[in-house]
Order: sequence, then C-alpha cells, then structure tokens
Amino acid sequence: MIKHFLNLEWKAFFRSASFGKSLGIKIFMGFMALYFMGFFLVGGFFLDKILEKIYPKIDLITAFTGLIFFWILGDLLFRFFFQKLPVMSVKPLLTLPVNRSKIVHYVLGKSALSFFNFLPLFAIIPFGIKLFFKDYPSSSVLILILALIVTTLIINFLNFIIESFSAQTELSFLPVILITGGLFALDYFNIISFNSLVSSAYTAIYESPILILGLVLILGVLYIFNYKLLHKKLFLDSGLKTEVKEVKASNLEWTKSFGDIAPFMQLDLRLIWRNKRTKSSVWMLGLGLLYGLFFYPQPVYQDKTFFFIFIGIFSTGIFLINFGQFVPAWDSGYYKLLMSQNIKYEQYLKSKFTLMALSVVILFVLGIPYVYFGWKILFAHFAAAIYNIGVNTHVILWGGSFNRKKIDLSQKAAFNYQGTGAVQWLIGIPLLLLPMILFAILNWLVSFEIACIVLIVMGVLGIVFHQKLMRFITEKYLESKYKMIDAFDQEN
Amino acid sequence: MITTSNLSKKYSGNQVLHIENLDIPKGQSFGLVGNNGAGKTTYFSLLLDLIQPTTGKIKSNNIQVNKSEDWKPFTSAFIDESFLIGYLTPEEYFYFVGDLRGENKADVDAFVGQFEDFFHGEILGKKKYLRDLSKGNQKKAGIVAALIGNPEVVILDEPFANLDPTTQIRLKGIVKDLAETKGVTVLISSHDLMHVTDVCERIVVLEKGEVVKDLVTNAATLKELEAHFAN
Repeated sequence: MIKHFLNLEWKAFFRSASFGKSLGIKIFMGFMALYFMGFFLVGGFFLDKILEKIYPKIDLITAFTGLIFFWILGDLLFRFFFQKLPVMSVKPLLTLPVNRSKIVHYVLGKSALSFFNFLPLFAIIPFGIKLFFKDYPSSSVLILILALIVTTLIINFLNFIIESFSAQTELSFLPVILITGGLFALDYFNIISFNSLVSSAYTAIYESPILILGLVLILGVLYIFNYKLLHKKLFLDSGLKTEVKEVKASNLEWTKSFGDIAPFMQLDLRLIWRNKRTKSSVWMLGLGLLYGLFFYPQPVYQDKTFFFIFIGIFSTGIFLINFGQFVPAWDSGYYKLLMSQNIKYEQYLKSKFTLMALSVVILFVLGIPYVYFGWKILFAHFAAAIYNIGVNTHVILWGGSFNRKKIDLSQKAAFNYQGTGAVQWLIGIPLLLLPMILFAILNWLVSFEIACIVLIVMGVLGIVFHQKLMRFITEKYLESKYKMIDAFDQEN
Repeated sequence: MITTSNLSKKYSGNQVLHIENLDIPKGQSFGLVGNNGAGKTTYFSLLLDLIQPTTGKIKSNNIQVNKSEDWKPFTSAFIDESFLIGYLTPEEYFYFVGDLRGENKADVDAFVGQFEDFFHGEILGKKKYLRDLSKGNQKKAGIVAALIGNPEVVILDEPFANLDPTTQIRLKGIVKDLAETKGVTVLISSHDLMHVTDVCERIVVLEKGEVVKDLVTNAATLKELEAHFAN
C-alpha cells in the first residue's frame, strides 16, 4: 500500500502543472528555500555565541530552553497561515478499496514530512553539534535534539487541530491569534510564567532523559485526536467540501456616469474585488502609498531630488503597474466570450484605462500629505502622476497586447508568477526607468523645475493624443486576437 | 443565412476540417453530429471567428465572419464554461450580456423571467457565483444568456450534455420554439442522436472533418443515424 502512495506522490510532484513552470521561477523558489535553510543553518551555528552574549551569566542550556516557548508560539502562528493539511489529494482514493483509516494515516504521515518540519532541524542540528564540542554530555544533548524534533511534530499536529476547529468560524484567524496572544500576554505580564514552565520542562528532559516519554505521549494523544477528527470528516460533504461563500453584491450604479464603458467598469471592479489574485493589488495600494515613508524621513534622501520622481511614479502608479501588466490576461478565463460578443474592443480597453487613471488621481490626492517633507516632493509627485496618466497607462496597455499567458483567478497571489512573462519585466523599463533617467539628466543639466515640467508636458501630450493612442493600441490587440484566444485556452 | 465555402482548417499539416459547401437557410434548426474529433467544435469556432480558417470562408448574412465584425450583433453562442464569467452571479452575468446587446435591466429581467421553469429555482436569487454552481446549472445559465437580445443566429455546442432529463425536455421545447416561431437559425451539436433528431429539421454528420451525410429529418432518420454510427 505504502508503495502505491509513494508512487502517487512521486507522480503528483513531477507531473504537476506547476512543475512545468519556467526555469527562472523554479530557480527563484529554489533560492528562497535555500535562503531560509541557510538562515536557519547560520542561526543555529551561532546560536551559542548569541545566547552567551545576551545572557552571559546563564548556562547555555537554560538560556536555550528559555527560547522554546516563543518558538512554539511563533511557529504555531506561522503555520496557521501557511500550512494546510493535504486532504484534497485523497479524494480519488475514497471510492477505491483502500481502508479509510489507511488514508487518514497517510494524510497525517504526509504532513509530518512537510518542509515546515525540516526547517527547524537546520538550526537544531548545528546547535547540537556545537554543544558536543563544548563538552556537554553527548547523551543528554542527543535527547534534547530528539525532544525538539518531537516538539516540531507536536506543533505540526496541534496546528491542524486548531485549524479544524476555527475553520467553521467567520474570522478563522481570530482563535489562533487569541490563543497565542493570550499565552504570550499571560507570560509577559508574569501572571502565569509559561516560559519558565516550558523552560524547566525541557531542562528536566535534558537532565533525566526518561521524561521525553511525556513529550512522546503528548504527540501520541495529538495524533490520535487528529486521526479521530479526520476520520469523521473524510466525506465529500464535510472535510472535502470546497467552500462556497455567499455573495454580497452591490449594483455599482454609480459607474453609469461613465457612459458606454459602464458594463466593463462594473466587470472590472467585480473582477478586482471578488478574486484572490486581484484583491492583493488592492492591498498593494496601501503599501505603495506609504512607500515614501521608507525614504523621505531619512536625511540621506533629502537632497537626492531625482529619487523623488521614482517614488512619485511608484506610489501614484502602483495600481497601474500591478493591474495593468496583466491586461488582458485577467479576462483570459472568458476571453472567448468577449471575443464572440457584441463588444467594441475600444470600450473594453477604455474601461481599463479609466480605472488606472482614476487610481493615479486618487493615490496622488491621498499622497498630498507628503508635502510635509517639502514642496519639491509634492511637485515631483504631481509630475509623476501626470506622466503616469498620460504615458504609462498607454504604454502598459500597449504592452498587454503581447500578453500570452493565462491567469487562473482562483489561485492565491503571493509567490504566484502565473501569467508573468518576459514582457512584464521589459515593460518596466519605459515605465519606471525612462522617466527616472530623463528626470535625472534634466535635473542635473538644467534644474529640478524644468525636469518636472518636461515630465508634465509629456503626460499632457499623452492625454491630448489619448484617442489616437487608444486607436493604435486597439489595432495591436485586434492583430493578436487569435494568438491570445489560443494562448488563453492553454493551461500553463 | 450561413454559407460555408471551401472551408478547411489544418494544424501543422493535419487537416481537422474540410467542408466544400454548406448552406444553412434562415430559421433552420441545424444539427451537427459526429464522434469526438470529427470537427464540430472547430466548425463552431470558425463560425464565431475564434480561430482562423486555413482556406475558404464562412459568410453569415452575407458578412464574411473573419473580415468584418458586423455579424456579432445578431449572433450569440454558448460553447463551453469558458463563456461564463466565474466571479459574477447569474443575474450579473445576464445583465452584462444584456448590456452588450443593448438591453437594459428591465428587459433582461423580463426575458429571464420566462425561463423560471427551465431554471427550476436553482439559478436566480441564490446569491452564488457562477463558479460555485454545479456543471448543469452553469450550463443552464450559459444557454439562457446566449438567447438574450433576440439573436438571429444561436450556436450551442453540446447543449444537452450534463443536463437533467426534465431540463433536456424543456430545452428541446425552447430550441424548437426559437426556430419555428421566431425564425431564429439554431445550430446545435450533440452526441445524443435521439435529442438531435427530435429538435433539428436537418442533420449533418461529420467524420474526420468532412461532411459524410446531410439529412432532412424524418421518421427514419434516427434509425439511419444509429446504423451509421454502429459501424
């Protein structure tokens, strides 16, 4: 049986749709994994040094066990948001002659092999080796390492229990935050010192190895509890059900004032608000808006005026960049419908343009408080906003006509590179670099004011020739119609 | 209404469709049958200008579909789920399609209201997104959306698949009514010979991209088709 399961896993990994991702992304993800592993490795290697520095008077083991409580809380919180029990993959097995209990053991066993459980090992093992060399009793150190591995598994299974109980509630992340926050608060305000409790428990295990059986017992109880929960829920109408959310619709009547592009604007607004992937570009607005705060308060940047324009373009154009780069791939799921319907391509594109232009105006207005850091900044932001509306919107729409990658809207947003191709990177050059270079040169040769005015003039020119530019862009889209339909039909 | 001449489609030298001549007069209910890979969907895609022909052309109401877009106002289609917008509710989807075809909300409401029976109370007012509906209900929504705005040509690919028996029977009534009383040209493809002979006045059999039979439906048609596909 195990052989079959392993075989399935192997094929699922190598034949998955995401395995065929482009090489660059794979390498990037590999680097991310390596980065974390390296981070833990280095952290574990120097942990003894760090602890000796912070707690010079306390024994290394006591100092280390003092960290375990916080590790458990942090790990629980982190896993809650990033680790899910891999249940969906067993759906096809339900009707086959395989014991239900075997399937449950398989799912639980598989979760024990998750990357999250291996990551701590990268810190624990080098730390343990260092302890050996510091002449700590080797058998005790081994037991400590073993205890930590068991603890990782305890956290693993505890997380699934918390998840399964909070899954039904509306704000599912509230319980875990309350639990971890509560424990932390109780400890922090010395009401119940969990930290010293946990610390002395692990110190006790270090001193008398037999006590590790207590941890193993906890693990066993948690495993059995998980097993019972899952065994009960392994039905299509409970644990394996996909979530259906009730619609809270608004009719968006106000878009009617935009005339004939109203149906498309409604569609775009719903697209943005109702899909995970697009929703993230809304959250990015806040990030973009506050981006200036990373730089402006620092005196180093006060006289680097060419930098203002970069922040201006970025903070007023974050939605434009985020949303615009995937036009028309956002609509790839129903592109055939749009192409066979009675629509004018120009209206379709104009709706996207209007949304992007509006976002620039709104972001500029919200960014006016930056004037606190000097009027020059506001002026630069204004120039950037005009440039964004007049030039960048058109450039990014034009770039969209080269878009050949489908986007699955139901996928999550973070670390999702679906739909990204060379175009998305290349388009960044005219979008961000060109105005920056132009501005820097003019600023250096002539003056700050002239440099801003040149960008404004370019933007105004773009707005004046808007109709002409749109006609040109529309033609580009029409030219690549069949290629897009074909490409959006493929799974990538 | 629809004339096809010398039409062919090749993929890297592999011919998937070749139709010398095919005329579909206005108001005809036209059925297309054939095994998988016979070219039914390819023909519909060409008709909707979703793919380009290798040779030849299709004219709809004397408009060559891959040259002008003027056929769009009087043509509508439901080919597969990729014609649905998953993150809209059925109502919003109907309004969107209505908007594109120049019908306001009240028009759409009145029109969709006629299909209360067909929807069986599972589509309207359910506060669900299209992506969360069952396959059959998605299909119902897609088919009705294709009828909004008084189109003169309606193209439905496999409309009977995934539908429950009651809905299949109701759909047959709707399609017959379209062709007989409203003069709409209806093009249907199906694997179900019984349904197709029930609904269509004329049935064309495709095989490996070529027309092998062109029948006017009568009492003997079903037998003839069954005999053809049995071999």
